[in-house]
Amino acid sequence: MPTDSALPIYINGLTKKYGELFALDAVDLNIRSGEFLTLLGPSGSGKTTLLMAIAGFNRPDAGSIQFGDTEMILTPPHKRDVGMVFQSYALFPHMTVAQNIAFPLKLRKVTEAERHQRVEEALETVQLGGLGHRHIDQLSGGQRQRVALARAFVFKPRILLMDEPLSALDKKLRERMQIELKQLHRQLGVTTVYVTHDQREALTMSDRIAVISDGKLAQVDTPQTIYNHPANGFVADFIGESTILPLNNDSSGQLSFNGQHVQSQPADATHRDWSLVIRPERLYLSEMSDAPGRHNATDTPLALDGIVKENVFQGETAFVLVTIDGGHEVSVRFGTGSMSQAGHLQPGDVVTVYLNRSDAIVIPTGDH
Amino acid sequence: MAWWNKPASDTQITHGSRIWLYVIAAIIMLLLVIPTLIVIPMSFSDSQYLEFPPETWSMRWYEEYFGSKKWMRATVTSLQVGTLTMLVATPLGTMAAYALFVSGHKAARALFVILITPMIVPVILIAIGAFYAYGKLGLNNSITGLVLAHTALATPLVMIVITAAFRSYDLNQELVARSLGATRLKAFFVITLPQIKFSVITAALLSFLTSFDEVIVSIFVSGGTKATLTKHMFSALRDYIDPTIAAISTIMVLISTLLLLATQWFSSRQK
Amino acid sequence: MTARSLNSTALKQQERMEQWTLLGLAIPAIFVILLVVIIPVGWLFYLSFIGDNGQFTLEHYQKMVEYKSYYRVFLNTFKVSILTTLICIVIGYPMAYFLAQLPARWAGFFMLAVLLPFWTSLLVRTYAWLVLLQRKGILNEFAMDIGLWEKPVKLVHNLTGTLIGMAHIMLPFLVLPLYNAMKKIDRDLMQASANLGASPAKSFWQIYFPLSLPGMVAGSLIVFVLCLGFYVTPAVLGGGRVVMVATQITSILENQFNWGAASSLGVVLLIATVLVLIIAGRVFKLDTALFGKG
Repeated sequence: MPTDSALPIYINGLTKKYGELFALDAVDLNIRSGEFLTLLGPSGSGKTTLLMAIAGFNRPDAGSIQFGDTEMILTPPHKRDVGMVFQSYALFPHMTVAQNIAFPLKLRKVTEAERHQRVEEALETVQLGGLGHRHIDQLSGGQRQRVALARAFVFKPRILLMDEPLSALDKKLRERMQIELKQLHRQLGVTTVYVTHDQREALTMSDRIAVISDGKLAQVDTPQTIYNHPANGFVADFIGESTILPLNNDSSGQLSFNGQHVQSQPADATHRDWSLVIRPERLYLSEMSDAPGRHNATDTPLALDGIVKENVFQGETAFVLVTIDGGHEVSVRFGTGSMSQAGHLQPGDVVTVYLNRSDAIVIPTGDH
Repeated sequence: MAWWNKPASDTQITHGSRIWLYVIAAIIMLLLVIPTLIVIPMSFSDSQYLEFPPETWSMRWYEEYFGSKKWMRATVTSLQVGTLTMLVATPLGTMAAYALFVSGHKAARALFVILITPMIVPVILIAIGAFYAYGKLGLNNSITGLVLAHTALATPLVMIVITAAFRSYDLNQELVARSLGATRLKAFFVITLPQIKFSVITAALLSFLTSFDEVIVSIFVSGGTKATLTKHMFSALRDYIDPTIAAISTIMVLISTLLLLATQWFSSRQK
Repeated sequence: MTARSLNSTALKQQERMEQWTLLGLAIPAIFVILLVVIIPVGWLFYLSFIGDNGQFTLEHYQKMVEYKSYYRVFLNTFKVSILTTLICIVIGYPMAYFLAQLPARWAGFFMLAVLLPFWTSLLVRTYAWLVLLQRKGILNEFAMDIGLWEKPVKLVHNLTGTLIGMAHIMLPFLVLPLYNAMKKIDRDLMQASANLGASPAKSFWQIYFPLSLPGMVAGSLIVFVLCLGFYVTPAVLGGGRVVMVATQITSILENQFNWGAASSLGVVLLIATVLVLIIAGRVFKLDTALFGKG
C-alpha cells in the first residue's frame, strides 16, 4: 500500500540563518517513502523551521528539498500537495466540521457527490462519524484535533506534516491519540513528518527519529538505536534519563571508570576523551531481590560502591540517588513491586550499584 | 443586606460610602449627552430664537432645510463624498494593514510611519496643504479632491481597526488554507475576510463618518456647487445662529447614533 | 556549487519578490497619503522660507521671534491646550474610574454616554454649546432661576465658552485610553491590599492610581496634541477673541493671502506636535499605551 500513496523526501544542504544564528545548518536528511519520521529537539533547535521549510512556509537561504524526483524548494505551499496539522489546529471557525474537511476537496474541484462521500469516510477514519454538521466551537479539544487531522489527509496527500499536534491535549488523551495516530499512519501509508519536543512521544510513534540541536541533525535512527546507542552526549542527555560519567583512557586505549575496565576504545577513534552513559533503569542494587540472577557468568558487572542520598517513590517506579566513590551521583530506577527490597533503603545506607558491561554506553566526551 | 451596604469593589468599600462617585459620574454623563441631544427638541421649535424648552412646536426648520436648494445640494455632496471615501478607504486601509501585519520586512516600520502621518499632522496643516496643492492640480471644489483628502484622513483609522482584528485572529488559518491548496489571495478572501468582516464593516462606517463629519479640509478645498454640508454649517455658525442648523444637526445626530449602534452590534458579533 | 549555496540565488530572488508584492499592497494607501498630506506639507515647508519676492528668506520665522503678537498666539494656544487637558483630567478620571468599576454589561451601556458624543459631529456639538451658553441660553436661565447669578453672564464668544466646548469634545480621547488602562489593572492587587489591611483610600492612592497613570498620561497627551491644532471650536465659540495657531493661520490666509507666513506658523505647529509625541514616546512608551502592543 505505501508504495503508490507515499513519496520520499530528500533534503540536501538546507540552510536558514536568522541574523548570525543558523536555524538550519546545511541539513541533509532522507525521509523514506511511507515512514513515520519524527523531528525531535528542544525549542529553538530548528525542528519547526525544518518542517515549515518542507511545507513551503519558511523559505530557506539555500538547499534543496525533493519530493521523489521533483525539486520543490521554489514551489509555493499551495502547489506542494502536503497535508499539514498545526499545533493550534487552526480549524476554520466559520465553517462546520464537514465544510472544514471538504475545503481541500473543493479547491481540487472534486464533485459534490464524491466530496460528500470522502468527507464521511474521513470522519469515520478519525472516529467522528455523524458529527459533520457540528460547528467547531461545539467540539472538544480531542475532537478538534481529529478534524484537523481529517482535513489534512482527506485529499490524499502523499506527504503529511504535523507540528506538535498533541501538545494542547491532556496527558491521558495525548497518550491515546499517539497510538491512534500510529495506527492511522499504518492505514494511510503516507510519508509522515512529525515535530515534537516530547521524547516519549517520539519514541512511542516513530519509525525513525531525527534528533535536532542548534540547526544540525545530532542523530537519525530508529527509537531503539537512538535510546540504546546515542551517538553523542546531546542525544544521550535529551532522550531518556541518563547519568554521564567521565571515563579514564589509558595509553593502550582501554577505558575504565573508578579503576574498573569498561571496554576498549573503538578502533577507528580519533578522539581520546570518552564518557560513560548510564540509564537509571539498567542499574541495579545489591538489595534488589533479583540482583544475583542478573549477573552474567561471562560478563561480571561493574560494581560501584556508594551511599544512598535519597529514596524517591514515584508510583509505578521509584529511584534511589546514590553518591558513589569519587563524588559522582547516579540514580537507580526500579519497579515498586512487592519483590523489591530497595524501597526500604534509607539515606546514609551503604550500597553497591551494579551495571552490566553490555548496558554500558560509551560516547565521545564534549562537542558532538 | 441593602445594596448600599454591599461591597462595591475589591477593597470592600460599600456602594453607600461612595455614592459621591455615582453622583459625579451621573452629572458628567448628563454633561456629555445633553449637548449632543439638545439639538433635537430645539429643532422642533417654532421660534426664531433658540429657546428651551420651545414654547410652540413646529416642523418649519425641517421644511426650511428640505426646501433649500443650497442645503440639499450640500447634503447630496456630503453623502456622495462620504460613500466614495468609504468605498476607497476601506480596501486601501485593509490592504495596508494586511501588508504591514504579515510582512516581517524592515521597511514595514517606515511604511507604518508614513501611513499614520494623517493622524499626526494637525488637520489645519493638511487642509491648507491640500488647498495649495489642489490649486496647482485643479482639484479644488471637486468631488475627487474631497474624496482623496478624506481617504487620506480615514485610511489610518481603517488600518488601526483592521490591525486590531488581525491581532485577535489566528493567521495560521491562512497557512492551513494554503497548505490545503489555496492561493494566498483565495485564502484571504475565503478564510480570513469572513472572520474579520464585522471589523471591516466597522471600519467602513467609521470612514464614512470621518468624511461626512469632516469640517476643516472641507472648508478649504470645497466650495461652489460642490460645497459640503459641514462647510455651509460652519459658515452659518460663524455668522448668525440659524435654527435650520438645529434641524440638520438632529439628522446628523441620528445618523451617528445609528452608525454607532451598528458598530457596537457588529463588534459584539465579532467576539 | 557547495551545499551552502544550493539554489540560494533563486531563493533570494523569490524572497525579494514576495516581500515587494506584499508591501505593494500598501502602495495605494501610501500614494494617497503622499499626494494629499506629505507632499503638500513638504511644499508648505518650502514656502515658509520664501519671501514675497520669491527669494529664500527667514523673515517669516524672524517675525515670530520679533513680534509680540505671534508670541501671544503661541502662548495662548498652549494656555488653552493645557487648560483643556486639565479640565479633561479632572472630569475624565472619575468618569473612567466609574466605568472601569462596573460589571462589563453595565459598562457597555454607560460607555454609550462617552461614545455618543465621540461619534457625533463636532460641529453639531459646538453648535449645541453655542445655543446652551448664549446670553438667553438655557444655562444662564437655569443659573438665574436657582439664584446662582442675577443677570446673564457672558459664557460664549470668549475663553470660557471655548474651554467648555473643547473639553466636551476632547473628553472621550482621555476617557477611552484611561478606561483601557484601568481595565488592565490586576484586581487581585486591590484585593490583596485590602486583605493586608489597607483602607480603601490608601489602596487607591498607593496602588490603583499609580497603575492608572500611564493610561492617563497617554490620554492627556492625545488631548493636548489635538488641542494644539484645533480650529472649529475656538473659531466658533471663541467668537474671534480666542486666537490659536490654527485660527491665526486661517485669518492670515483669508486676509493677507500670505502663504509664507501661514506656512511658517503651520511648520512650527507641526514641529511642536511631533516634539510632544516623540518626547512622550520616549518617556511614556506612548505607542504601547495607545496600540496595546509591546
